[in-house]
Amino acid sequence: MSSRTLPLLFINLGGEMLYILDQRLRAQNIPADKAKKADWIEDDRRRVMNDIITTMFNKKFLEELFKPQELYSKKALRTVFDRLAHASIMRLNQASMDKLYDLMTMAFKYQVLLCPRPKDILLVSFNHMDAIKDFVKETPSILSQVDETYKQLIEMYTPLSSGEFQLIRQTLLIFFQDMHIRVSIFLKDKVQNSNGRFVLPTSGPVPHGTQIPGLIRMFSCSGEEVKKLQFRNGGNYTSALREGSFEMFGERVIKLGTNMYSVSRPVETHLSGTSKNSAQQKSVNTTPNPLAKEELNMLARLMGGLEVQKTSSVDNGFRVNLFATDEEEEEALISRPDEFSYDVINIQATKNQRANAELAKIMGDFTEEGEELCPSSASSKGDDLLAMMDGL
Amino acid sequence: MTFHAKVELSLWLQRTRDDLKMYHKEKSIQIKSSASALYNNLSVLRIAPRNLTYFSVVHANMVNMVSASWDGLNYSHRQLQSKEPNVTTSSSLIMQAAWCVLPYREILVLTSQKGIQMYESDGSIMVYWHALDTPETPTAQAVFARGIAAVRDKYICVGISSGSVLVFDVPSKGSNITLSEVLEEHKESITDMASECSGSLECIADLVSADDSGNLSVWKSGEDFQLLNKIPGFDMSCSSVKLWKGTVVAGYGTGQIRLYEAITGIIHAEINAHARWIYSLDIAPFSGLLLSAAEDSLVRVWHLTVTPETNSVEIVHMYNECVTDTQICGAKFCDGDGYAFAVTGYDLSEIIRYTQA
Repeated sequence: MSSRTLPLLFINLGGEMLYILDQRLRAQNIPADKAKKADWIEDDRRRVMNDIITTMFNKKFLEELFKPQELYSKKALRTVFDRLAHASIMRLNQASMDKLYDLMTMAFKYQVLLCPRPKDILLVSFNHMDAIKDFVKETPSILSQVDETYKQLIEMYTPLSSGEFQLIRQTLLIFFQDMHIRVSIFLKDKVQNSNGRFVLPTSGPVPHGTQIPGLIRMFSCSGEEVKKLQFRNGGNYTSALREGSFEMFGERVIKLGTNMYSVSRPVETHLSGTSKNSAQQKSVNTTPNPLAKEELNMLARLMGGLEVQKTSSVDNGFRVNLFATDEEEEEALISRPDEFSYDVINIQATKNQRANAELAKIMGDFTEEGEELCPSSASSKGDDLLAMMDGL
Repeated sequence: MTFHAKVELSLWLQRTRDDLKMYHKEKSIQIKSSASALYNNLSVLRIAPRNLTYFSVVHANMVNMVSASWDGLNYSHRQLQSKEPNVTTSSSLIMQAAWCVLPYREILVLTSQKGIQMYESDGSIMVYWHALDTPETPTAQAVFARGIAAVRDKYICVGISSGSVLVFDVPSKGSNITLSEVLEEHKESITDMASECSGSLECIADLVSADDSGNLSVWKSGEDFQLLNKIPGFDMSCSSVKLWKGTVVAGYGTGQIRLYEAITGIIHAEINAHARWIYSLDIAPFSGLLLSAAEDSLVRVWHLTVTPETNSVEIVHMYNECVTDTQICGAKFCDGDGYAFAVTGYDLSEIIRYTQA
C-alpha cells in the first residue's frame, strides 16, 4: 500500500524501544552490591542510549529507510531491531529481546489505533523524536543527526493530504493486525481489555477539524438553512483541542507517543490470545520464496548502513534483563508458545563454508529459528553481507 | 408518514427500552481471518432463489467469502488470494472486494495493488484480469485500484490511485470482458464509487466517483461516459459515497455526511454524523434507510426522503448501535428494505448482524 510507511514505523518503534531500555537501565541502577560486575552507573546508561541512538540515526541507514518502499515483513523488521538493540555494550537474552519487541509493537499499535486523525501519527512521531532529542541533548554530534531527521520527516510528511495519511495508517494497521499481547501497564491504566483488545472511548475531545456529532442542517435550493435538527450521539464528546505543532519545536498537544514508563512502573507482558488468533497472525507473516529473496536484498542494503560499534568480546558486555529476575527470564524463554516466536534471520556473515551454506539455506527457506544475533566485530560486516548477497 | 411524525417516531425510538429498540443483535458469522482497516470493507450479495446470502471481507492479501443460508443452519467458507498471473514478486494487498449486480450475472470484483480480478459470483472461476502499470521500483505515490460499481446493464467501473476510472464492458455471459474507456477527471486517488440504486430509469445520473480530496464527479453512462457535474470537496477525503434517486450521499474523513443533488451540486443537507473518519455508507433502496459507520465504533441508521417533484430532500436520525471497542470498517444492509444489516471491524474475525425487532 503506502510506500512511505517504513520511516514512521521505524522511528516510532525505535522511540518506544528507547523508553523501555531507559527505564530498565535506571531500574537496574539500584546498586545492591557495588562489587557486582553487572552494576550500571549513570555514564554507562548514557553511553548505551547514545550508542543506540547514533546507530538509529546513521545517515546512510536513514537514506535507505526514507526511500519509497513497501513495508517489511515482521520477521525482517524484528531482525533490524535485534541488531539495533545490540549496537552498544548492552546485551539482551532471547527472552528479554522478545519481550522488548512485544512491548514496542503493542505500544505503537495502540498509538496508531487511537490517533484522533491519521495526520496525528506525525505528531506521535514528533513526540518520540522530542524525547530522543532530550536523551542526547548533551552530545552535539548525535543531536545534529537527530535534527537532520526532523527536517527529513517534515519535508516528506507535512505536504501529504489527509487521505494519504489514512493510507499510511491503514498500512500500519495491516502490519499490526491480530496482535493482542496484553501489556501490564495498559491493563492497569484500563486502556486495554483482558482479551488484549484496546479500549476505544466514545467520549473526550473530537479530532481537530471534526464537529461534535448531533446536528443535522437542511438547506433550500438557494443555499439557505431551512431546518436544524438535533440527535443523540450516544457518546460524551467535547470540542476539539487546538492543533499540535508540526514543526521542529512546539507543543504537540497529543499525549500519544510520550514516555509512559517510569522506574516505579515496571513493564510486564502476558502472552495471551487464543490459538485462533495466533494462527491468523501466522497467516499474514507467511511469504513465498520469491519474496524472501527480494526482501533479503532490501534488508541487506538497510543493514549495510547500520554500522555497529566495535566490541572486544561478549564478556565485556553488560546484560540487561527485562524481567524481574534471571530465573523469570529463563522461564519465559522456555514457556514462550511456539506461535509467538519471532523467527529471526541469522546473519552471522563470516567468510566460511558453513556460513555460506547457512545463507543458502535462508534463501531457500525463510524460517530460521530464533537465534540471537551475534555481536558484530566490525562495521564492514554490512559490506560483507552485501557482497555475499550479490554472489548468491 | 409526515415529516414531523417521522421525527417524533425517531425520538421515541431513541428513548425507548432495549426490548423496543429498532434493531437487535443476531448471531454473528465467524470468518477465517480478521477484517483489515480498509474503506467499505464488507460486501453483501443476496441470492433470493437459493435462500442464501454471500458476504465478503478483505484481510490483507485475501478475501474471506461466506455463504450463509437464511435458516441460519448452513455456512460455507472460501478464501480468495490476490493471485496475479505473470507476476513473480510479492503477493499484493487487496484494497476492496465487491459484488457487481448486472441484469444477467453477478461478478465479484477484487481490486489490489497489482490489478483488478473478476470472478463468477461464488468466487469459483476467475473470468478476467487487468494489470495496473506498476513501476519497477516503488514510487512515492502508491499504485492500487479502489472503488467498484456496476453501472446500468453492462458496465463495471473501477477506480485507480492515479484518479482514473476504468470502464469495463461486460457481456451477459463468458469472459469476453473488455476495457471500454478510461475516464480522466480526478487528480487524487479514487476512494469509492456508486451507481444509481433506486432502479428508476428516470434518473439522468448513473454514476458518482469520489476521491481523496473530497471531489465528486457525476457521470452518465453510455458508449462514451459523459461528465454531468463536478462537486468540489473541501480538501477532506470522501471515503464512501452512494447515489439514490438523484441524490449523492457522501461520507467524509471529518465524520460529516453531506447530501447533494447530483446534477446541480446543490447541497441539501449537512450532518455532523460521526466523531471519527467514516468508513462505510449504504442505502436500502426500497425504504430509503441510510446506514453510516465510522472508526468511532458507531453505526447509525437514518431515514432519507427524496421527493423529485418538489425537489426536497429530508433526513431524520433513527437509530444508534455502538460496537464496543471496534473501529468499524464495513457496514451494509442485507436486503433492499433495510430489515437487516451486517458490520465488520478492524481485527474482528466475525461479521456482526442486526435485524429489526
